[in-house]
Amino acid sequence: MSTTAATATPEAAQLARRRLHARRKRRNVVALTLALAAMAFGIFWLVWILVETVRLGIGGMSLSLFTEMTPAPQAETGGLANAIFGSLAMVTMATLLGTPIGILAGIYLAEYGQRGWLGHTTRFINDILLSAPSIVIGLFIYSVVVARAKSFSGWAGVLALALIVIPVVIRTTENMLALIPNALREAAYALGTPKWRVISTVTLRAARAGVITGVLLAFARIAGETAPLLFTALSNQFWTSDMSQPMASLPVTIFKFAMSPYENWQKLAWAGVFLITLGVLILNIVARTFFRNRT
Amino acid sequence: MAATLPASAYLREEGKIRSDMKDRPPVARRVSPWADVVFSALAHGAAWLTLALLAGILVSLVIGAAPAIRAYGLSFLWTSEWDPVQNRYGGLVMIYGTLMTSLIALVIAVPVSFGIALFLTELSPLWLKRPLGTAIELLAAVPSIVYGMWGLLVFSPILSRFVQQPLQSVFKGVPVLGSLFSGPPVGIGLLSAGIILAIMVIPFIASVMRDVFDVTPPMLKESAYALGSTTWEVVWKVVLPYTKTGVVGGIMLGLGRALGETMAVTFVIGNFNQLNSLSLFEAANSITSALANEFGEAAPGLHQASLIYLGLVLFLITFIVLSISKLLLQRLKRREGRVA
Repeated sequence: MSTTAATATPEAAQLARRRLHARRKRRNVVALTLALAAMAFGIFWLVWILVETVRLGIGGMSLSLFTEMTPAPQAETGGLANAIFGSLAMVTMATLLGTPIGILAGIYLAEYGQRGWLGHTTRFINDILLSAPSIVIGLFIYSVVVARAKSFSGWAGVLALALIVIPVVIRTTENMLALIPNALREAAYALGTPKWRVISTVTLRAARAGVITGVLLAFARIAGETAPLLFTALSNQFWTSDMSQPMASLPVTIFKFAMSPYENWQKLAWAGVFLITLGVLILNIVARTFFRNRT
Repeated sequence: MAATLPASAYLREEGKIRSDMKDRPPVARRVSPWADVVFSALAHGAAWLTLALLAGILVSLVIGAAPAIRAYGLSFLWTSEWDPVQNRYGGLVMIYGTLMTSLIALVIAVPVSFGIALFLTELSPLWLKRPLGTAIELLAAVPSIVYGMWGLLVFSPILSRFVQQPLQSVFKGVPVLGSLFSGPPVGIGLLSAGIILAIMVIPFIASVMRDVFDVTPPMLKESAYALGSTTWEVVWKVVLPYTKTGVVGGIMLGLGRALGETMAVTFVIGNFNQLNSLSLFEAANSITSALANEFGEAAPGLHQASLIYLGLVLFLITFIVLSISKLLLQRLKRREGRVA
């Protein structure tokens, strides 16, 4: 930078330029190395978490994990059957409940309200709900459902999870519908098709792969959610398929067992973490490859 | 579409279609006038439902917190006493814990995410871009309970042994830094919660940064390269100024995520209501971990209302942070539209 003194002779100027160039190159190399290090840093955590999950969880894999109920502290045997069933039941119901609402609202945003104030506001609010703290959703369902009914229940858990599904599905549905070329819509209208048929048989069908991907990702997201279930579905030590009862779920059981000092509970918690991580990652990868192959 | 239709097939069928039409005159298509109305009403209704959801959350939280709001008003925010036995509550400890852990998370996550975005947009060979991008995104897919359990049982012992103890011996006696690193080096507390939050928000910040870096017009970058800029200078002096609103938006999104994260924080923060020492190693409490631990057992009344008040504060903070993020990202998108 300060070459004023050095410009006395051409040789000195040349030298100063060289030095500046060397410094810029050095800075570049340092920055790019740091970027590489940052990338490695990110990958490092993913690998470490996965390796530990497998190492500590695979030992707990056995048939009894899927057939036996959650045990008492320091019991010899026991599994996670009721928790696995509870999770599957609640997550499936929540997806079934949230998906139609999410798809309809996504259709509204992409096909009806691209411009109006309702569209803008809904899009804005939805993006906020997408990242809103999930424990607040739990509080909401607690005060609206649990406090009124005076009992924790599987249905309350389903509602809380469904409220998390909706924004995810809205976002992907709208994005996927927005990718459909307008010529397709115009061609359908030109044949005299009413709007609802254009949407349901032309645009939605063309966007099908993307919408399904969104639903799968939403399923994966709520499968690992703990916070909204803590004071809605609570937990249950026993098997129940009655959704109006408190219901065990895998994440809440893991939370309870992992914080406990009992060795058999911690072992089961690791097995549960292994199951959940495996399931969620497989769902994510399946959703991504499915989407890529169809578009 | 039309160009892809096999023309010969169409010609062969032509005669047949004509004869069909001779047999059957075209009928008016039956269109139910109601179907369109019903479908449109359903779609509108779903959109309204989303808005109602937000309003419902706010209203129910305000109603639930009403006893605590009436009892303490805004002084709840700067009172640190939290005593269920004497039934006196103040939220300062939890609010401090939430803000402090998120701050630590951002201090770590922002530079790392910037590095990752830089690597993915400027350095990575094409065939590696996708797998590496997916790997970083999978970091966001790992459920927070997994982070929590891993953090408590695997990460915190290592943090204590290889980071906290050396730091403590180095900074012993140094005035400000010394007190920042005092306390029992057991591995749980604000610092470990902050580090784990950082890992959790890196994918969100990095993917927004990557996306906005990608929208920089290639013309700008190529011009800078043609003037002899190094890669670093292009990113730092061309790409970053062009995308700064988007970058800040991404950071805000990460902040919103960090503020509301529950399970991972609950596992490692230590759940201890104290504000006597500013040490980062000390066990503390955050809004989310207080809710997760206490709400289930809280007696209806002032205790429960105070917890809901905390939830309301959390929701308002994240709402504001996420709104700022959204507005900044929208502004970048609009400008992108103008340039293109």
